[in-house]
Amino acid sequence: MNRKTRSLIQRMTLTPYSVWAALFIVVPLIFVAYYAFTDSAFHFTFDNIARFFTATSRIDDGESVREVRTYLVIFWRSLKLALVSTFICLLTGYPLAYIMARANKRTQNILLTLIMIPMWMNFLIRTYAWMTILQDTGILNGFLSALHLGRVHIIGTEAAVVIGMVYDYFPYMVLPIYSVMAKLDGKLLEAASDLGCPGLSVLRRVIWPLSLPGVLSGVTMVLIPSISTFYISQKLGNGKFFLIGDAIEGQYVANNLHFAAAIAFILMVILLVCMGLMQKLTNRKIIVA
Amino acid sequence: MKRASKIYTALVMVFLFAPIAILLVFSFNRAKSLSVFSGFSLYWYRELFRDLETLRAVRNTLLLAVSAALISTVMGTAAAVGINRLRSKVLRTAMDSVTNIPMINPDIITGISLMLMFVFVGRLFGAATSLSFWTMLIAHITFCLPYVILQVLPKLQQMDKALPEAAMDLGCTPFRAFLKAELPEIMPGVVTGMIMAFTLSLDDFVISYFTSGNGFQTLPIRIYNMTKKTVTPKMYALATIIFFVILTLLLISNLYDEESVQKRREAKAAKQK
Repeated sequence: MNRKTRSLIQRMTLTPYSVWAALFIVVPLIFVAYYAFTDSAFHFTFDNIARFFTATSRIDDGESVREVRTYLVIFWRSLKLALVSTFICLLTGYPLAYIMARANKRTQNILLTLIMIPMWMNFLIRTYAWMTILQDTGILNGFLSALHLGRVHIIGTEAAVVIGMVYDYFPYMVLPIYSVMAKLDGKLLEAASDLGCPGLSVLRRVIWPLSLPGVLSGVTMVLIPSISTFYISQKLGNGKFFLIGDAIEGQYVANNLHFAAAIAFILMVILLVCMGLMQKLTNRKIIVA
Repeated sequence: MKRASKIYTALVMVFLFAPIAILLVFSFNRAKSLSVFSGFSLYWYRELFRDLETLRAVRNTLLLAVSAALISTVMGTAAAVGINRLRSKVLRTAMDSVTNIPMINPDIITGISLMLMFVFVGRLFGAATSLSFWTMLIAHITFCLPYVILQVLPKLQQMDKALPEAAMDLGCTPFRAFLKAELPEIMPGVVTGMIMAFTLSLDDFVISYFTSGNGFQTLPIRIYNMTKKTVTPKMYALATIIFFVILTLLLISNLYDEESVQKRREAKAAKQK
């Protein structure tokens, strides 16, 4: 192939996507920064960013009235709930991925399909179904009282939000870990135990390190949507637990685009730093999907 | 599988399918309640098919998903071919990073960023509202593209590089060489990419929420608006129908897979004889 045709092919195939990516991936991000650092007349200002760190509100918990930094509280809550959900997903998803990878081919395919079916259902409906389960007069409480086990109050608590997050994003944890483990050579594990490695050590010293790329992408794929969600907290938290996503959405609905952009900008910067740290710490590239 | 593994897997499946089972059951509820079952009826299904707004939303969703999947597959496949041929390391890294952005960024940021640009540009041209079907289509193509590219690129890397060159040496034009030699090799990746794009577009709520105009409603946005008020089992009837459509599609594709595996096995056996 001569050089001319090669460069022609390259130009023809790459140009549409390059233009598209520049216009609709890169430029919009610049717009986030632009809106974040301007006021409604598009004059440069730090006010929006400052507001995120300094805005206060009063919390009345019945006994005393406290003044808190509104958005910092919201941010820490989002981070905490997202981390707890990610940890639960990892703790429960890892064994499942392992079991799946060790099963025979047919069982593997069936389990894989079963795990993917809920993903294909609309997540709003799934979350809403959880609301009807967890309500005070809901299905879970009906079930418990039929068994004379008393009642539980879950809806409107942080636990309910965590349940929703774990339910919605669980498959994103299992699938990447499974796909790494399925490629693991079974002989490696046999070799380890033949050489006298006890069961748990095989897990710790052979399986875990080899599955780390899957774990990393699983963690990213659960952490990022759960830190930025806004529907789950509205429905399962009864709107009592504002998360960072709720804050962005609230400002968007109120047509406060500049402050919405500022919160989005801060979230983006924090996530970038976290991902950078994770890559540095584990010395691995994070592969999504 | 060991017993403990079986029990554990079963428990996880109960957790995954409990809400789905509940919405299947309550879609047939006679009463309006979503937590007390008072008798079997098809009332809510009838209601669903009378709800023109929801039916229009279904049509919109399909229209959007098909357009987004087709356009992103064509553009993404071309992009993958181009990226695969890039010689410059710097350009390659730049392309990879940009492609990664929509996948790593939370949906809410992708949605907000596109919305800000649309609103800004719209204002520049003096439009009162710039969000419409077209802005949504642009948004959907944008978040689908990386998934198509990531499905096609590995197939291109596995392919024998001499293949298109040989085709051209034998007199094919570059475009014909691509169609005849390259495309059949990477077809599985292209198809998977297209299916992924289609389902992502079908299911997307967050990005659509920020980039949709008043006039154009997709199903997830319609569902969102329905859940703002009290929800009737009508929405569960809708979910049940979606569930069975998905189940049928999955079963068909599984059967198809098993058949092709069977055929390959037979072909292999025939060869060995």
